[in-house]
Amino acid sequence: MSAGLTETPAGRWLALGPALLVIGVFMLVPLGIMVTISFMEPNVYGGVHRQFSPSAYVQFLYQRDFDDNLVFNPGYLYILGRSLGLAGLATLICFVAGFPVAWYIVRRPPHQRNVLIFLVTIPFWTNLLIRAYAWIIILGRDGVIDTPLRWLGVMGPEASNGILYTNWAILIGLVYTYLPLMILPIYASLERLDFRLFEAASDLYSNKWASMRHVVIPLALPGIFAGVILVFVPALGDFISAQLLGGSRRLMLGNLVQLQFSTARNWPFGAAVAVILLLFVVASMAAYLRLNRKTGLELSK
Amino acid sequence: MKTTHRLWTGACALAIASASPALADRLNIYTWTGYIDQAVIDKFEAETGISVIIDAYDSNEMLLARLQGGATGYDIVMPSQHFVEIMIREGLLQTVPITELPNYANVAEEWRNPSWDPEQAYSAPWHYGSASFSYRADLYSGAGESLEEFFNPAPELQGRLQVLAAPDEVVNLASLYLGIPYCTEDPEDARRILELLEAQKPAVLLYSSDAMNDRLSTAEVIMAAHWGGYSFQGRINGNEHITYAYPREGVVGWFDSMVVPTGAQNVDAALAFMDFMMDPENIAIQTNYVGYANAITGSEAFFSEEVLNAPEANHPADVPLVFAEACSADAQRLIDRVWTQLMQ
Repeated sequence: MSAGLTETPAGRWLALGPALLVIGVFMLVPLGIMVTISFMEPNVYGGVHRQFSPSAYVQFLYQRDFDDNLVFNPGYLYILGRSLGLAGLATLICFVAGFPVAWYIVRRPPHQRNVLIFLVTIPFWTNLLIRAYAWIIILGRDGVIDTPLRWLGVMGPEASNGILYTNWAILIGLVYTYLPLMILPIYASLERLDFRLFEAASDLYSNKWASMRHVVIPLALPGIFAGVILVFVPALGDFISAQLLGGSRRLMLGNLVQLQFSTARNWPFGAAVAVILLLFVVASMAAYLRLNRKTGLELSK
Repeated sequence: MKTTHRLWTGACALAIASASPALADRLNIYTWTGYIDQAVIDKFEAETGISVIIDAYDSNEMLLARLQGGATGYDIVMPSQHFVEIMIREGLLQTVPITELPNYANVAEEWRNPSWDPEQAYSAPWHYGSASFSYRADLYSGAGESLEEFFNPAPELQGRLQVLAAPDEVVNLASLYLGIPYCTEDPEDARRILELLEAQKPAVLLYSSDAMNDRLSTAEVIMAAHWGGYSFQGRINGNEHITYAYPREGVVGWFDSMVVPTGAQNVDAALAFMDFMMDPENIAIQTNYVGYANAITGSEAFFSEEVLNAPEANHPADVPLVFAEACSADAQRLIDRVWTQLMQ
C-alpha cells in the first residue's frame, strides 16, 4: 500500500505533503513575516506601520547626527564582530577539544563506545538555564576557580572582578554548551572510517601525526564540517551565555535582537538584525555544502 | 527562556479559561511576577464566588506587546503609570465606572485623577513605590545620601556594583542625577548621560534586573540598583543590612494601576475586584506581603509591625518622587543609542 503510494509522481507529492506543510507553516511563513517586518516603519510604542522602509537596514550602519545628517556608526558592527569572534573562537576550541575525544571513543571496543557516547549526551538532560546558573557558581567570586587563581596571584586580589561577567565566561559557556554537538558528528564519521587505511599509512612509514593529517582528518571532514556548523550557528545567535555569564556587560547579536523587541520597541530593527544574522548563517551553510561537495569529489576520484 | 516559559503558561491558562463557556464568575488577571498575595485572592474568591486565574509578566513592554497582539482574554492588567497613558492612547483599554464604586471613597485625595488618567475613567490604584539603589550598610562606609555614590562609586565598590539591565530605568536614574528631565530629546543631554554611564561601567560587576537580594545577601555585590519594596523583602528574608537609599536628587517613581483591556469578557468581575482592592483591609494584606505602599486611606491600621517601621515603604517628604514618563519616538531612540553605545 505505502509502496504503491510513492510509485506515481502524484502519490509522491501526496506522501511528501505533511512534511512540506510543516516546513511551510513553521519555517517559511515566520521567516517571511520576519523579513517583511524588517522592511517596515516602527511604531513608537512597539509594532509596525504597514509602510515600506529600508530604514532598519540603514540604522545598522548609519545614525543621524545632531544636524540630521547620516553618519557612519560602527557600533552595531562591533557587536556583529564580537558575536562572530566569540562564536568562531568557541567553534575552534570545540574542535580542538572535541576531535581527540571522538577519536578516543572510536578506538574503544564497541560496548564501551556506547557508554562513552551516552556520557557525552548527559548534559543535554538538564535544562540550559540550570546549567548556566551552575557555571555562575563555579566561575563566581569565591568559587572553585576564582579562589585558587586569586591565591596564586594570577588575578589581582580585590581589584579585578574575576572571570564571571567577562568575555571569557561567555566563551566558556558557549564551549560547554555546544561541545557535544562537535563530538557527535565527528564520532559518526570516524566510526565509518576504515582503520586499515590508518594501518596502511603506518606500514608505509608514516608517523602517527602524518597519518592523522593525511588520512584520518580528510576522511572525517564531512563530520568536522557538520560539527563546525552545529556549533557555530547556534553560538552566533546565543544570548543566554551573554546575559547570565557575561552579565550583559556587552551585547551580542542575540541580545541586540531581544533588546529591540522589548525595551527599545523597534521591531523592524530587531527583525533586520535577525535577518543579518540569518545571512551569516546561510553563508556558513553554503560554505559547508561547497566544501563538502569538494571533498566528496576528491574522495571519489 | 524565562519569557517563553511564561508565555507558555499564559497560553495554557488561557486555553483552559476559554475552553469553558465565558461565565460572569470568572476573572483573568495578568500581573507582575510574584505581585499578588494568594491570601487576597482566596479572600476575594470566598466573598464573591468569582474564581480567579492569574498569569504573570515581568516588564511593561511585555504586557504592552501582548495587548497589541490582539485579544488576550485578560480582564485586569496592571501597567505602570506611563504605560497606562500609552495604552489609553493606543486604544487598548476600556472605560469603566471606577469613581462610582463604593470603595472609591477610600482613595487618598492626592492619588485621585492622576495625570496619566485625569478623569479616572480607566484606572484604579494598585501599588506605588520608587526605584533608586540599595547597599550593604555593614560593608559600605557611605550613607546613601546622593546618587553620586551610585554613579561615581567609591574604591570599595569597584566590581561590586549591580546596575539594572533596563535601558529606560538606568537612563531615568542618570537623568535625575544630572538634573536632566526624563525623556530628553536633546542629543547633548544624551551624550552627558552616556559619559556618566561609561565612567561608571568599570566599577559595574553586571547589568541585571533580578536577584539583587541574593547578590547583596552573599555580598557578591555591595551596592545594587533596586526597588523599594523588593529591597524590603531582601532585608526581611535575606540580610538585615540591606539598606534602601533615598538620595537627595530624588528617586524614580512608579505607580501601578488596575485597568481593563478592550474586549475583556468579565467586566463585572473586574469591577468587583477593583472595588475589593480599594478596601483598606484588603489592600493592606497586599502591602504586608509585597512591601509596596498603596493609595488607600485607612489601610495603615491593618499594616504589620514590619511594614509600619519599614523605611522602604515610607518615603521621606524631602526626597523628590519623580514618576517615569512615556517617551516620544525621538527620546526613545536616544535612550536606545545611549544603551547600544554603552554596550558595544
